[in-house]
Amino acid sequence: MTGSATGSAAAFARARAEGRAALVGYLPAGFPDVAGSVEALRTMVDAGCDVLEIGLPYSDPVMDGPTIQAAAQQALEGGTRTRDVLRVVEAAAETGTPTLVMTYWNPVERYGVERFAADLASAGGAGLITPDLTPDSAPEWIAAADDHGLDKVFLVSPSSTDARVAMTTAACRGFVYATAVMGVTGARATTSDLAAPLVARTHATTDLPVGVGLGVSTGDQAAEVGSFADGVIVGSAFVRALQDHPDDLPAGLAALRTLTEDLAGGVRRAVRTPQEPARA
Amino acid sequence: MTQVAPGPAGPTAPAARGRFDADERGYFGDPALGWGGRFMPEALVAALDELTDAWHDAMADPGFVAEFEAVLRDYAGLPSPLYHAERLSRQVGARILLKREDLNHTGAHKIRNVLGQALLTKRMGKTRVIAETGAGQHGVASATAAAYFGLDCTVYMGAVDTRRQALNVARMHLLGAKVVAVESGSATLKDAINEALRDWVASVDHTAYLFGTAAGPHPFPSMVRDFTRGIGDEARAQCLEQYGVLPDAVAACVGGGSNAIGLFAAFLDDEDVEVWGFEAGGDGVDTPRHAATIVGGSSGVLHGARTFVLQDDDGQTRESHSISAGLDYPGVGPQHAHLAATGRATYEPVTDAEAMEAMALLSRTEGIIPAIETAHAVAGAIRVATRLAAEKGPDATVLISLSGRGDKDMGTAIEWFGLGQPDAAEGRP
Repeated sequence: MTGSATGSAAAFARARAEGRAALVGYLPAGFPDVAGSVEALRTMVDAGCDVLEIGLPYSDPVMDGPTIQAAAQQALEGGTRTRDVLRVVEAAAETGTPTLVMTYWNPVERYGVERFAADLASAGGAGLITPDLTPDSAPEWIAAADDHGLDKVFLVSPSSTDARVAMTTAACRGFVYATAVMGVTGARATTSDLAAPLVARTHATTDLPVGVGLGVSTGDQAAEVGSFADGVIVGSAFVRALQDHPDDLPAGLAALRTLTEDLAGGVRRAVRTPQEPARA
Repeated sequence: MTQVAPGPAGPTAPAARGRFDADERGYFGDPALGWGGRFMPEALVAALDELTDAWHDAMADPGFVAEFEAVLRDYAGLPSPLYHAERLSRQVGARILLKREDLNHTGAHKIRNVLGQALLTKRMGKTRVIAETGAGQHGVASATAAAYFGLDCTVYMGAVDTRRQALNVARMHLLGAKVVAVESGSATLKDAINEALRDWVASVDHTAYLFGTAAGPHPFPSMVRDFTRGIGDEARAQCLEQYGVLPDAVAACVGGGSNAIGLFAAFLDDEDVEVWGFEAGGDGVDTPRHAATIVGGSSGVLHGARTFVLQDDDGQTRESHSISAGLDYPGVGPQHAHLAATGRATYEPVTDAEAMEAMALLSRTEGIIPAIETAHAVAGAIRVATRLAAEKGPDATVLISLSGRGDKDMGTAIEWFGLGQPDAAEGRP
């Protein structure tokens, strides 16, 4: 397993040493506003998130469902800029929790790939998760990430062929992001039966930890996913906790804390299915 | 006009890869610059690979090509005529030829693309199609093709566009399609594309995405061009047959750029033929209200391809504006980006006012009411023709893709020109 001092691999390794999956929490920077997003991320860390994903709000988020899109839109309308995202990363990373940026590609390309990598590293960021950038379209990012020791988290999907899973995991650093359902982000009543087979296929190609995202919103679901995955990734449910209290940040933060604790409890009570990496 | 020997010009004959075509990964031109490509979620890669393989197989299958040609001929009414607009020509001082795509079934060039993609959908064994639409013309064409082939159809349309193109929404309903009004973002075409892509991520096992223009991730830019290149192949052959020479220039409007690339594709190797694309200049490219992506945008990634994009300093897509919903798109097909970058084609903006003036001019000189999209091409082509006439005299020839008819735009025309009231006794001037 590779990774820099601030990389996500260390957090996954710590969780694994405790016999559990890591809890990965997502929130868009600038939602509900820049200062509020920093408070929210600190709350998530305090209540049990092991890794943070900070969304870079984007005008055309193809992979996001209505909950996250609305939050990103609110952030954009509030004036959140790429440089604000880096400020939020810096504040979140000060907690000592590995902090990655989840971003569509165009804002990074526009900022300048090398410049973005340098500034992200300077801010203490751990790396990038790139929902619309696959490794075969990412030579510039791979080079910049390697130069700055940043995590490269690419996605695998239930529709990915075994060859593409292998190609993708070979390009990843930190962890691999497995999208558990064929669909966009959003909390779901039940988790997908596509997730466990995908995790198993992914584990067969890499010793990197595999996080499962899209759909988890309760501790019980986290326990279920945590039984076979190395990380449980939660986004829409965190966003919704804040959206449910639109004009009352303290109440939103309280809801966020309660939810995080529930999810953190879930990954801790999961009955782990042995999923030792094939090449560990 | 340029003297050349007739070339091969079957309306849908698959062409060998030329110097302006994409490589196998969908990149046009210098791989380091990389116009096009595939910037898409991994969840869609398998579907895009499947589509690429199916499209290659189909275009190499004489049976598929013959079936496509038959449905274009027998159902869509193709080939469309090449018409010499004599009264307009006299006014301009050069020969203006109109490729009459407005006479196609459903009233625009769009029917070529959707019949090709729907036929491919059947071949792939899928039962449902989705589409996005701006002006509604692609939505109507998709609903039509779905009805013809017996496919379920859902069309995503920005809520703003559903209001300004209510007639086309009604047409889609009558044809049996479901129309989903998209309220997110700017509630226009780009947001309809986002929503259609989201649907596709969740439904790729049984659903094909009938992409409406020559943009998006590989293979859509090349595939849509192949399905629409009959415009240019037919026009080239008709021009040679009717006049024995090629035109001095060809012209088309460019939003995403499907009719334009369909026309241009046949002429790119004819070095003496000028190639002109006219973008929606809106209130002017020096204002924030336009959709002139090549002239007023910059390199970026949108909807799965690297191309010219209207964007701010942070890479957020800027809202576009055009009086024509069909051109109101902040991106453009990546092959156009490549043609612009290489200089093989020239792109200029045409303002809302110039387009509406051209709409009225063509209506009154030729009795042809063009779509407002198409009126942009007419306005720009008149500029080109006026210059060429000064250089070469009245035999100078400009061939315009008359991509669509204006019925759907009458509401806009009524408002713009103040039409619809009886004239006074002395009549309208």
